[in-house]
Amino acid sequence: MGMTMTQKILAAHAGLDSVQPGQLITAKLDMILGNDITAPVAIKEFEKAGLDNVFDRSRVALVMDHFTPNKDIKAAEQCKCVRQFAYSKDIENFFDVGEMGVEHALLPEKGLVGPGDCIIGADSHTCTYGALGAFATGVGSTDLAAAMFSGEAWFKVPAALKFMLKNKPAKYVTGKDIILHIIGMIGVDGALYKSMEYFGDGLKYLSIDDRFTIANMAIEAGAKNGIFPVDEITQKYIKDRFQRTPAVFEADEDAVYEKTYEIDLSKLKPTVAFPHLPSNTREIDNCGDIKIDQVVIGSCTNGRLSDLEIAAEVLKGKKVAKGVRVIIIPATNQVYMDAMEKGYIKTFMEAGAIVSTPTCGPCLGGHMGILAEGERAVATTNRNFVGRMGHPKSEVYLASPYIAAASAITGKISSPENL
Amino acid sequence: MKGKVFKYGDNVDTDVIIPARYLNTTSESELAAHCMEDIDPDFAKNVKKGDIIVARNNFGCGSSREHAPIAIKASGIQCVIANTFARIFYRNAINIGLPILECPEAVKEINPNDEVSVDLAKGVITNHTSGKVYYTHPFPESVQEIIKSGGLMNKLKKEKLNG
Ligand code: SF4
Repeated sequence: MGMTMTQKILAAHAGLDSVQPGQLITAKLDMILGNDITAPVAIKEFEKAGLDNVFDRSRVALVMDHFTPNKDIKAAEQCKCVRQFAYSKDIENFFDVGEMGVEHALLPEKGLVGPGDCIIGADSHTCTYGALGAFATGVGSTDLAAAMFSGEAWFKVPAALKFMLKNKPAKYVTGKDIILHIIGMIGVDGALYKSMEYFGDGLKYLSIDDRFTIANMAIEAGAKNGIFPVDEITQKYIKDRFQRTPAVFEADEDAVYEKTYEIDLSKLKPTVAFPHLPSNTREIDNCGDIKIDQVVIGSCTNGRLSDLEIAAEVLKGKKVAKGVRVIIIPATNQVYMDAMEKGYIKTFMEAGAIVSTPTCGPCLGGHMGILAEGERAVATTNRNFVGRMGHPKSEVYLASPYIAAASAITGKISSPENL
Repeated sequence: MKGKVFKYGDNVDTDVIIPARYLNTTSESELAAHCMEDIDPDFAKNVKKGDIIVARNNFGCGSSREHAPIAIKASGIQCVIANTFARIFYRNAINIGLPILECPEAVKEINPNDEVSVDLAKGVITNHTSGKVYYTHPFPESVQEIIKSGGLMNKLKKEKLNG
């Protein structure tokens, strides 16, 4: 029986010739990630078990991004715990304020993850790196603790769903619209346990940033991972960046997929996920008149340079609607600097938006833009669960940077087409 | 070991397994005292060591809190049998040493209060009340090793002590 791309990567890391869906294996890991929320729990377990050293100082990444710059004393204590651990174990990839960025934007940017890798992170959006042709998935804190010591993790080999992407998406249709469309179609458990594997001639129209966005939200469909083939676009991105040698895996011709979905990208419209599930999607023309109080452009889903470029394109020379707070958060320091150089930051501030230091911040209702009762936000983030960005009676609408920026100008959910 | 069956439906989520209001403790016995409280208030009172939970689809969905499998294990449950488990619960259960098995056939036919035993090494579920036997994929040795050691961290600790 042929293997999918995910299955091949897992087999290679388990030292096996082949694996089958449902099989449990132990695989070697190329990168292990923790953040300021999940790492402290893992560090406690690590120390409680009397483990002394991490298996490889260069393969553990600890990123202080969720509640940083420390939003309160508890957050400060958590970061302190991780900082002490990182310094005492000489962890090479410890990213504190000044170097940090939102973890899933930062690791690819720094070249710490790449094609063929097997990666776990104690954060559910670790699946983002599938954009580069890696197997990457989110785990719990015990997994993180054990993996930091052993360099291994056990996996149940997932079955797969195949997504054939065809044709070129229209202007204003981005990676975000594609993944929201898919989640709307298959539901929040439509890919439970499985890997979402992308194919088709439509891939050549998807930038690496579009792919990051699509892979990022695999978890919102319940998937174990999402994965893209490695092509010229991937190679161009990792060139002079990826610190190890890429391993390119391809799905076998006779690989087995539980289901195949064909998606004509040219037919998609900008898509918005209404509260309170990412699968509750509507095309922009069917959104009606939804007045908003806040716009957030940022996060591991859409806080990269191309996202800010889109926002700047829409906001250039315009003014944010009265009564709407617009918060733009470059995902990493590099994105921030590049955006500054290109004049985007000036464009944003002239339009009446604010620009924050990199942080997860409002994405998980942490800080930097919490919603009050009854308030509505359009956000380029990935979850719109009850209370995700603040009060349990606030609402989050998930959308692309195009829609978010256009909505900032009109004060209601809008497409740039109608500006 | 034979155990009595507690049977539940689909989507038993981590919030009913251990409600968020009890997450301010990591004490296993306290967690066990509130296990399943919101769908089965008498669970903690009735459960005995070696009993078994049988449920349908997507058991353990919701948050990634490890408190959920910890509460079940601490309440004395020897194994959870379900059609499917939510992904992170599945991992967490094994990592903290709570045996779980997927076997839709057994789930369909086993009734509440049946007497059931499981052989994890062979993947065999025996219903002593009906006399029926079910076969499912056994865990590979590496995972059985984790469960036997009482969880992933205990296993690593042991390996480390043995050099
Ligand atoms: S930006 Fe949001 S989704 Fe991404 S890692 Fe941070 S909190 Fe999680």
